Amino acid sequence: MTRYESLEASLGHTPLIGLPKLSPKTEADKPVVRLWAKLEDRNPTGSIKDRTAIAMIDDAEKTGKLKPGATILEPTSGNTGISLAMVAKVRGYNLICVMPENTSIERTQILEMWGAKIIYSPAAGGSNEAVRVAKELAAQNPDWVFLYQYGNPANTLAHYRTTGPEIFEDLPTITHFVAGLGTTGTLMGAGKYLREKNPNIAIIAAEPRYGEVVYGLRNLDAGFVPELYDASVITRRFSVGAEDSVRRVKELLEVEGIFAGISTGAILHAALGVANECVAAGVGADIAFIVCDAGWKYLSTGIYGKDSDSEVLDGQLWA
Amino acid sequence: MSAPIIEVRIPTILRPYTKNEKVVSAEATNLAELIAALDKSFVGLGDRLLENGELRRFINIYINDEDVRFMGSLAATLKAGDSVTILPAVAGGC
Repeated sequence: MTRYESLEASLGHTPLIGLPKLSPKTEADKPVVRLWAKLEDRNPTGSIKDRTAIAMIDDAEKTGKLKPGATILEPTSGNTGISLAMVAKVRGYNLICVMPENTSIERTQILEMWGAKIIYSPAAGGSNEAVRVAKELAAQNPDWVFLYQYGNPANTLAHYRTTGPEIFEDLPTITHFVAGLGTTGTLMGAGKYLREKNPNIAIIAAEPRYGEVVYGLRNLDAGFVPELYDASVITRRFSVGAEDSVRRVKELLEVEGIFAGISTGAILHAALGVANECVAAGVGADIAFIVCDAGWKYLSTGIYGKDSDSEVLDGQLWA
Repeated sequence: MSAPIIEVRIPTILRPYTKNEKVVSAEATNLAELIAALDKSFVGLGDRLLENGELRRFINIYINDEDVRFMGSLAATLKAGDSVTILPAVAGGC
């Protein structure tokens, strides 16, 4: 059924796409290692964050936290803000996003298009600063509704109830699940569901590694681990640099025709690393990974150009 | 046989301990040895990485891009050619 009562109702059930050319070659007598991409850009506003945003707003409405005409506040590097802005517009709420100033221009443009207000946080410290500023604003404005994706169980639950089951239904033979580590909601929720279905499924985190500006914390105690994070759900965790992310996102485009955002390059890099290990070990694998969004919002960075290199991302928050 | 020499990338916030060197090296066969060796060359650095004999909550250490917390933490083994990166924990998006 591809008919829906509204845009919001079309959330999820995104396609899981095989990557016949990017999956590593295996000898004829050896088990096959296959990569599968879950295209989360096929959501209402074009990213996996629609699942988080709709779940958090539904939950806040149910618990009475969110009343008609209320103002929602959220720290975001872009996608969650964009998802919340759409839902806020449709359901009649105001939205204020706290976003690091070093994100791509398209994210600001899209947020404003849906009527969100933006408060910028300093580039140094990256999302940590956005979270800190948002927490301060929430304390000063008790009438604003602070959904807080980094600590809101509805975020994890959204992936436990939708992302995880969708993947398992489409790929019951799944051996590895690879996703980005940001709020950690995707990995915690989908990872927990998949582990419950089959404890042998490896849950692999790929964390984008940024330039120095983003790590420019004032002191080490300004570091941040999302409240949702539970290390016991994860099997392995990789930090992927901009160079590898850009190389992989271009490979995905050139080899399989998939136009993905930059953070997907980090996730694919980890997925390919695991795939090659499986080939070397002579074990079969079905590796599913998340394509968080498409590349449109990152065109202004110039990374998709023929002669571009990862240096253009230095100091930018690209995931 | 002597321990392999390991290259270690130091984040900005810890460079005051390494005379502003971005990359330093030390001999070690596992992470605990590496941190002890670093602390000998750069006094005080060990204290910024460890608390009560464990990695500090807001410190992440990676061996060839993989988080050591999933590789045995301080017991994670090191071999010649390995590259170690130390980073403060930051929030991400996606």
